[in-house]
Amino acid sequence: MPTSKQTKQSAVKNYDLPDENGHFGPYGGLFVAETLMESIEELNAAYAKYMQDPVFLAELDADLQDYVGRPSPIYHAQRLSRETGGAQIYLKREDLNHTGAHKINNTIGQALLAKRMGKTRIIAETGAGQHGVATATVAARLGLECVVYMGAEDIQRQSPNVYRMRLLGATVVPVTSGSQTLKDALNEALRDWVTNIDDTYYIIGTVAGPHPYPAMVRDFQTIIGREAREQMLAKTGALPDALVACVGGGSNAIGLFHPFIGDDDVAIYGVEAAGLGIETGKHSAPLCAGQPGVLHGNRTYLMADENGEIIETHSISAGLDYPAVGPEHSWLKDIGRAEYVNINDDEALEAFHQLTRVEGIIPALESSHAVAYATKLAKTMDKEQVILVCLSGRGDKDIFTVAKIEGIEL
Amino acid sequence: MSRLEECFKELKAANKKALVPFVTAGDPNGAFTLTCMHEMVKAGASIIELGVPFSDPMADGPVIQKASERALEAGMTLKGVIDIVRFFRETDQSTPVILMGYLNPIEFMGYETFVEKAAQAGVDGVLTVDIPPEESVDLLKAYDKHDIAPIFLLSPTSNEIRIKKIAAVAKGYIYYVSLKGVTGAGHLQLDDVQAKLTQIKQHTNIPVAIGFGVKNADIAANIAKIGDGVVVGSALINCITEHSDDEQQGRQAISTMLSEMRAAMDMATQ
Repeated sequence: MPTSKQTKQSAVKNYDLPDENGHFGPYGGLFVAETLMESIEELNAAYAKYMQDPVFLAELDADLQDYVGRPSPIYHAQRLSRETGGAQIYLKREDLNHTGAHKINNTIGQALLAKRMGKTRIIAETGAGQHGVATATVAARLGLECVVYMGAEDIQRQSPNVYRMRLLGATVVPVTSGSQTLKDALNEALRDWVTNIDDTYYIIGTVAGPHPYPAMVRDFQTIIGREAREQMLAKTGALPDALVACVGGGSNAIGLFHPFIGDDDVAIYGVEAAGLGIETGKHSAPLCAGQPGVLHGNRTYLMADENGEIIETHSISAGLDYPAVGPEHSWLKDIGRAEYVNINDDEALEAFHQLTRVEGIIPALESSHAVAYATKLAKTMDKEQVILVCLSGRGDKDIFTVAKIEGIEL
Repeated sequence: MSRLEECFKELKAANKKALVPFVTAGDPNGAFTLTCMHEMVKAGASIIELGVPFSDPMADGPVIQKASERALEAGMTLKGVIDIVRFFRETDQSTPVILMGYLNPIEFMGYETFVEKAAQAGVDGVLTVDIPPEESVDLLKAYDKHDIAPIFLLSPTSNEIRIKKIAAVAKGYIYYVSLKGVTGAGHLQLDDVQAKLTQIKQHTNIPVAIGFGVKNADIAANIAKIGDGVVVGSALINCITEHSDDEQQGRQAISTMLSEMRAAMDMATQ
């Protein structure tokens, strides 16, 4: 681990992580049972091969354009900026993608990979259901069997997405073990994978899991940051002063951040869910209030009790309700390249309403955390400065949650 | 000579194979586990694998998941499991005890502290499901320093390179997972197991115990003909859950199953 400021700077300048074994400094790696090693080696080889294959990349680009609707626009939220006072807030509109979030950037890439590898069955875990829907969508399009594991509790909370997945032909399997949420769905998907490795491809939805998932999912999601970099230069003539994105597992955040890591003048903020407040212990903020450990195949910051047992998390947003975080974020935190902050349920809800009211954009509750922090940050900056927020998803899926909180029966 | 080496040497001399029961420590409570360990030895167990409960047992099927949940609810911790071994050693200095679990509790205790405490308590080996040799360098150093055997898994999908890699670092015995899947799953194919064992044996002299899918005495006997040891887990835990209202009966059912396995295995190899 770097100890001096100088080492940290060089770590950023020559940033080319992970290493060949999937390590981001002490984080990441490959912590799985021997029973999965062969599948992972097979995946690693396919990923390395096809990410260099012009035919594969051309097919991916075409799909991102014609099926997903990329590039997603950059929007200057002028009324939000004016009402906030301070820096100009721009939104990277991942909410306008097909299926309504950034998740499809990754599922489309991995599904094409699965097809190349000759796999006929796709499995996935999902929390809020966004990744499940994005997976079911690409599986339908490619004619692949699809099984989605979802915590029994999340199935209750997110019934519209469950129905969408079923419409798309996916089998949604309720997970009743453990806390019956996202982490348990991930456990169950891993168990399925190890049992059906011959024909099954596991599409992990975030930059977590064993190597190569954190790097691979990042590579599929960096389309966000690569586009944004060009778009901001074209629109404003400069790079933004700050980037803000919400962090659950952290895939939309790393997708935006990664192409800017070498740009020293661009400040980077990842926003975790403080839930009912960090001090209450009922939150989902491992980077702000957790410690390093090993879960789901990698070493990273996570939330556990003093004995190392993973503890239950809380967030108003099911998509941020995860006790660990992608290992690359852990490294960016330790080397000081990104700052990780937190926004609680109430602040996120307020931002949800504000953006809806003044810009006519209903953000996902996950993305509302990023919007909330951006407005806080903007107030400390000049009018000429620019903040770019990743609006990772749209909030249609959340209207039931929000209505319920406000005592409205839909 | 370590307890594990001694154990396999004696078994070999008697033309026997190791019977290796697995129970989750603290399921349903620590006192049960301690008594059960002694009774399992009486019933013919050669080595005991103690499961260290974890909140997210990714490689386990529903039976061991539930056992883990019950143990955690009863307050079992990694430290508590080590204490059980210490109590066990007060009256049994010869039966090897292996801890089997996941990495995070060990990460939180700290490698050096964990290995030192485990060794002092009389733990002979540790099988950590979610750490392959590639990530084990520091942990292996600590095991080496305190003479604890690192036990590794091999599976039907392990290729020649993986077998060599694991053979190079494994001590005590290798645990061969006979099935694709999680613990407690499906049916095993003896021919496939035999073929893989032959391949593994080309790369190592240490004993190979076979587990996953050992549900009864017949299967145990067939496995005994192939490997150096037979691991039985989920089937024993089922005994506990079937008698959840009477702990003594649960332990009795475990002992009965192990005695039958012991007899069938000895019959098959002698």
